[in-house]
Amino acid sequence: MKRYQNVLLIVAVILLGALPLWIVEKPAAGPDGEPAEIFAGADDKAKNLIGEIDPDYQPWFAPLIEPASGEIASMLFALQAALGAGFIGYYLGAARTREKMRQENKALQELKEVDSRQDRTKEQLIRAD
Amino acid sequence: MHIMEGFLPVKHAIGWGVASVPFVAYGIYSIKKRIAANPEQRILLGVAAAFSFVLSALKIPSVTGSCSHPTGTGLGALLFGPAAMAPIGAVVLLFQALLLAHGGLTTLGANIFSMAIVGPFVAYGVFRLARALNASLAVSVFLAASLADLLTYVTTSVQLAWAFPDPVGGFMASFAKFAGIFAITQIPLAISEGLLTVLIFNALARFNPAELRDMKLSEASEVRA
Repeated sequence: MKRYQNVLLIVAVILLGALPLWIVEKPAAGPDGEPAEIFAGADDKAKNLIGEIDPDYQPWFAPLIEPASGEIASMLFALQAALGAGFIGYYLGAARTREKMRQENKALQELKEVDSRQDRTKEQLIRAD
Repeated sequence: MHIMEGFLPVKHAIGWGVASVPFVAYGIYSIKKRIAANPEQRILLGVAAAFSFVLSALKIPSVTGSCSHPTGTGLGALLFGPAAMAPIGAVVLLFQALLLAHGGLTTLGANIFSMAIVGPFVAYGVFRLARALNASLAVSVFLAASLADLLTYVTTSVQLAWAFPDPVGGFMASFAKFAGIFAITQIPLAISEGLLTVLIFNALARFNPAELRDMKLSEASEVRA
């Protein structure tokens, strides 16, 4: 179980992300004939809800820089994820190597101890002769 | 999904900003203290920040037919304490607000409060509680990270409902509507975040048993298992 735990975790995450694509049906087109959007950001929906609750509300500040298009925005999000994932990957790789070297050093140390013990026994045998 | 630029009234924007500042300041202090005492943990702090970077970039479809993203703050809260995540979350939010027009500068205080303060404190509290009740390390980490994620978006809903109470039903009616958008959408994502946090925890525990033990997160026997 422990061995497969990580694989199972990844599979579960993928399923959780993919299942909504099947389960959720695309809402019917609005009265103006425009196709309804599906899987838009939750913040867009919140924006619409604010408009419903308080139609007079005007946002009083606009983003300083807005990605010029959806493509550019997705590039920046990919960059964000890549930077983070790269760092985590580097760390895990370094930690793995460190742990491996620690194990090897330990094994080497034990080997040396065994050697020196054998040497001592030999010396004792020689002296006994 | 954070509150968008300009979508909190000025008073609320300032209020949440003022409420967040002491947490961020104390967080910076606690990180400095921690790193001064354990310089070798610096890179692990980077990992906690990187994890939050990755997770908050992933917009995942959910059962409500809209997309949202996890927060990734649970891991850092468990490794470095809840306060440490306030400045780290603030950096992530600032990056998204400045470059991606996601969230915003005027709503930064409110978004820091929900994602980088409430979330991490929930994670820390749930983890301690679960461990006290003898839950296994994996279960405790899962519960901590997923509830932190979920409560972050419940907080966002509270913030918006407070600023925009329903003309008829008041705060509660408005909260129900916002929670319907943010919190319900977040449920499967919160589960995903819990699972992913267990995944990275497994990796950390495998290669850094000594460090996790020093952080008093796990018993020696569990780390080796």
